[in-house]
Amino acid sequence: MDKNLFEYLLRLGDDSLILGHRLSEWCGHGPILEEDIALTNIALDLIGQTNSILEYAGKVEGAGRNADSLAFLRFDKDYKNCLLVEQPNGDFGVTILRQFFFDAYRVPLFTMLQNSSDEQLAAIAEKSLKETRYHLKHSSEWVIRLGDGTDESHARIQSALDDLWRYTDELFFSDETDADLKARNIIPDAAAVKTEWQKTVQAVLTEATLSVPTNNWKFEGGRKGLHSEHLGYILAELQFMQRAYPNMEW
Amino acid sequence: MKELDITELERKFQEKIDNEIRIEPNDWMPDAYRKTLIRQISQHAHSEVVGMLPEGNWITRAPNLRRKAVLLAKVQDEAGHGLYLYSAVETLGADREETIDDLHTGKAKYSSIFNYPTLTWADMGAIGWLVDGAAIMNQVPLCRCSYGPYARAMVRVCKEESFHQRQGFEIMTKLAQGTPEQKAMAQDALNRFWWPALMMFGPNDADSPHTAQSMKWKIKRHTNDELRQQFVDITVPQAEMIGLTVPDPDLKWNAETGHYEFGEINWDEFWQVVSGNGPCNKDRVDARRKAKEDGSWVREAANAYAEKRKARKAS
Repeated sequence: MDKNLFEYLLRLGDDSLILGHRLSEWCGHGPILEEDIALTNIALDLIGQTNSILEYAGKVEGAGRNADSLAFLRFDKDYKNCLLVEQPNGDFGVTILRQFFFDAYRVPLFTMLQNSSDEQLAAIAEKSLKETRYHLKHSSEWVIRLGDGTDESHARIQSALDDLWRYTDELFFSDETDADLKARNIIPDAAAVKTEWQKTVQAVLTEATLSVPTNNWKFEGGRKGLHSEHLGYILAELQFMQRAYPNMEW
Repeated sequence: MKELDITELERKFQEKIDNEIRIEPNDWMPDAYRKTLIRQISQHAHSEVVGMLPEGNWITRAPNLRRKAVLLAKVQDEAGHGLYLYSAVETLGADREETIDDLHTGKAKYSSIFNYPTLTWADMGAIGWLVDGAAIMNQVPLCRCSYGPYARAMVRVCKEESFHQRQGFEIMTKLAQGTPEQKAMAQDALNRFWWPALMMFGPNDADSPHTAQSMKWKIKRHTNDELRQQFVDITVPQAEMIGLTVPDPDLKWNAETGHYEFGEINWDEFWQVVSGNGPCNKDRVDARRKAKEDGSWVREAANAYAEKRKARKAS
């Protein structure tokens, strides 16, 4: 088994799974019907990505696990999503800013992954990039609208920015797993992705009249399976059926 | 306008309807026709939007990725139906936000089925199969409704509803063929949703005050009891096919009439739920009201930003 590729696919797939879960919590509760549809649609795209990525992870592992067994039947420490995606929805500003940080990372990542020496991963990236570009357009426009809207919306999204900024550095987390995959041209250099992310973030935050917090206090742990308290509750819901009714077909 | 003119306009209006000519937004129509449509279409829109809540309740707990994706897509479709229908209401001169406020104050109703709780995963099957199934019975004739925008919205809605109905029946079939626990879950969902589904067609014809006029205007094409009978005739064999039992001891096939006979509906329960005393009425309306209140700053920001942009472009 290619252990490092498997590990990387879990990081990629779990980001989509957990953020898709969070966005789906909005369904029926959005601030306007059009946004209810948009957030649900993004959740749907993310769940679709999860399926392709984790299905492939199962094949790479070669132990008989498929997308569902990986998505629903691991313990908390085996989930490798970043901490950003498991943060609670908060108000619409928090959700949109979390989405924007993530989309601004995923667009350059998928763009570069299209050139991966791993054909399957390159194909997944190509397919996911199209929808992710749309997600980024949607979240960027909302960050600008809220930042440059009313005093209240500006204050709310600035506060979301102050709270979520500490989770952004982990998007570019890089360890020996990444170093090996990078050396084999399977994944791009995290620093190259970060450069693109910074460009997008700076441009959008400037237009939105928002400022980056000055403290450089960073959180990480998700990529190594050390999560915030929030993940346990997500898994309790996500895994409920599979745990309560084991080994059944649905 | 002189009384004579109105009588003449009404005569011409009815003549168009009798000749199956669609009424369009700019055509003259009697006030009562307009009011009936505003009431009916906005209630239909509210039903779609409130209907997102009982199913939305299971998205985060769906048992596998495929079911989760299908459920997300289905609930998203319902939001889309709500949007077309609110647009159809607006063609009649009503304000979308005002009609939504009527929902929040309890003045406007929505389908009472959504005031029942979704307690297990099987309820996603029962809702798709029975609730969307009943909705199709009601809505297919609405594709021929005399009011153009409503009829056209219904064509699109019905296509999607039929996919919803099939996915619900597929969930039920899978459960009914599954383990004893799954089969019990499916039977329990059928037990809880069967009678409320029959109530979806509304009161018996004798107690339905609007039916005669709506049929004359061709807003409605069949009576409540006709549609209910059609639903029972189609659904009972489906339940039998997958080995589930319809919870009605009086249910029996009548070979002479070619229809199923079924037991008396608990109309006290129906009126209680319609008037606000169902298990989830308060939760549903509270959730919708909260969404609107929590979202007010977002809508204000979007408007303020749009104004700023306009001003910047102008200068």
